[in-house]
Amino acid sequence: MNGSGSMNYRWLTFTVFATVIAMTMYVTYLASKRVRSASDFYTAGGAVSGLQNGWAIAGDYLSAASFLGIAGLISLYGYDGFMYSVGFLMAYITVLLLIAEPCRNIGRYTLTDILAYRNDPKKTRIAGAFSVITVSTIYLTAQMVGGGVLVKTLIGIDYETSVIFVGILMLAYVLFGGMVATTWVQIIKAVLLVVASFVIVALVWAPYGFSLPGFLSDVVSDPKIQARVAALLGDPAKSMTGAELGQRFLEPGLYLKAPIDQISLGMALVFGTAGLPHIMMRFFTVASAQAARRSVLWAMVIIGGFYVLTLILGFGAAKHVGPANIAAVDAGGNMAGPLLAQYIGGGANSLMGNFLLAFVSAVAFATIVAVVAGLVLAAASAMAHDLYVGVIHAGRPVPPAAQIKAARIATVIVGTLSIAIGIAAKGQNVAVLVGLAFAVAASANFPCILLTLYWKRCNTNGVVLGMLVGTLTAIGLTLVSPNLTYPKAVKAAAHKILATQVTKRAATTDAKELVALDRTIAKAHADLKRWENIETSFMGLEAPLWQLKNPGIISIPLGFLAVIFGSLLFRDRRAEQMWNEIYVRQNTGIGRSKMADH
Amino acid sequence: MSPNEDVDWDAIVRDPRFIVLHRRKSWFLFGLMAFSVLYYFLLPIGAAYYQPFFKIRVWGVINVGLLFALSEFVAAWAIAWVYARRAGREFDPLAAAIAGQYAGKP
Repeated sequence: MNGSGSMNYRWLTFTVFATVIAMTMYVTYLASKRVRSASDFYTAGGAVSGLQNGWAIAGDYLSAASFLGIAGLISLYGYDGFMYSVGFLMAYITVLLLIAEPCRNIGRYTLTDILAYRNDPKKTRIAGAFSVITVSTIYLTAQMVGGGVLVKTLIGIDYETSVIFVGILMLAYVLFGGMVATTWVQIIKAVLLVVASFVIVALVWAPYGFSLPGFLSDVVSDPKIQARVAALLGDPAKSMTGAELGQRFLEPGLYLKAPIDQISLGMALVFGTAGLPHIMMRFFTVASAQAARRSVLWAMVIIGGFYVLTLILGFGAAKHVGPANIAAVDAGGNMAGPLLAQYIGGGANSLMGNFLLAFVSAVAFATIVAVVAGLVLAAASAMAHDLYVGVIHAGRPVPPAAQIKAARIATVIVGTLSIAIGIAAKGQNVAVLVGLAFAVAASANFPCILLTLYWKRCNTNGVVLGMLVGTLTAIGLTLVSPNLTYPKAVKAAAHKILATQVTKRAATTDAKELVALDRTIAKAHADLKRWENIETSFMGLEAPLWQLKNPGIISIPLGFLAVIFGSLLFRDRRAEQMWNEIYVRQNTGIGRSKMADH
Repeated sequence: MSPNEDVDWDAIVRDPRFIVLHRRKSWFLFGLMAFSVLYYFLLPIGAAYYQPFFKIRVWGVINVGLLFALSEFVAAWAIAWVYARRAGREFDPLAAAIAGQYAGKP
């Protein structure tokens, strides 16, 4: 198939895509002339302003998962989807209050710089790089898989080609323009994204005179949404009136069913963001702690503003496009935003509708490329700056030319790997991967950074142990969680569908419903065939060992405990002697690396 | 490592102004952090365990849960604003004064 746009308007889609890509390429060309040192490459020479960095953080953070995914979740499950929006914004309070400014005052290029400052540089750099590369790779895989699916759905080129295309474009930005180009691509993309969202929201909301109760009462009285809620609730819905079903869409519990899981997810979001290496790295691109603070404040305005809009985007898509139609194009709801844009512009056969669809799609594409560029830069800096310069050449100075060469070689390695992983991970669940990346960041990076900055007794052994325990428990618990596919359960569900829906189909005459039933039945058959001879999950389990989808509630406390025990069990005089220095530095900014400090 | 290796860190730590800065900042930061974590987790906890309360309609079809979720945005911006104001007016000048004396330049 050729995506969701009409064939007659493919030229339009390509023109809009080409314009957006050309714009970012031109910026990269300009940036490439400014990248001369490792500092330029990793941190844009520390010359980014607070406002620019705020937009870039928003560009880095509003990934395809949050931009398309949350509008999709709201359009399919109502209230619960909006709870994600809240968590993603609240995460920045942690970053603002505890992390951004001290990190700017102490670090230089990478998150590991902060840890290595007090502790044994060699050991902490290895442990830190291990965790940074793990988090970045998982997040990168999520973006690549999401991007491949998205480009395939939007413009109709196949998955593998899409992944390669995203990968090459991203490599071009990072390789030639380093952090300068990456920053500008992120800024452009964030501005386009916010503008597109504002336009769509204005068009959706204007007919109601921008009244929230007016708009929402129209949403709850929509028969498409009432039918969706009835389908989600199953039997209990039979005794409910249409109005009650519609109202249920505005109430919690349609998506997140296990209470502890919601809290666990909340913990991973709120503490994980403060440990994401590509977000952390953005604080090294500004000149001072004050600029770092300003960038978080701007980022919170932009990110928060966008997430408030997801309420109208998501409910608007549910009302105008309909949950069933959204889920038919993409089961995860990722196409809700683009489909709403098409509807608002005048529908599938109008010029304006297809222009808006193409525009939102191009923004989504730019989103993926920009986020992937930031991630590759973070992973490459861990390899080149932490491992090559910090560990292999420990103590010996590395000439600037060799440093930047190492950075570029690492970029090519990470970029090529990300393309390979993206293709290999085809069909993986994007939301699970993103959740896992946040969980590892919250369980390994966050405790290590927080305790290094604020606890006198924290030392090398604590940090190494914390990194290992946090990373391994978060990954381990996810591998035995209900997130993986358990063929036995899938087959049981398919049999159940066949048992009920086939008889239902025989009794149905409504053409639309027939199409939907046929689709469900075909999917059940496909599931049965795919898992025909397989009985256990990827890990060899017939059923999950524990029932939570997110490991945070266990792995985050374990990460903290590991740092504390490791530090108390094995004393480290240097880490304690360095405490006064790191403590004064993080509070006063004395001796921080300056712009000119190449 | 840095151009300021000769800074007397231990002396700064003993400086009464640094002690004041540190004490005020720690109380303020961790207090604000505790408040925001608490306020945030009221949302998933309420959505999970206090659904009847979240379902009460207060403004047309808009219920307590939806208003509470929207209030989280206001809370986040308010916390950020309160912090930025206090940091800019009080912590920055204190830190700059200390840095100015011990490192020659801020």
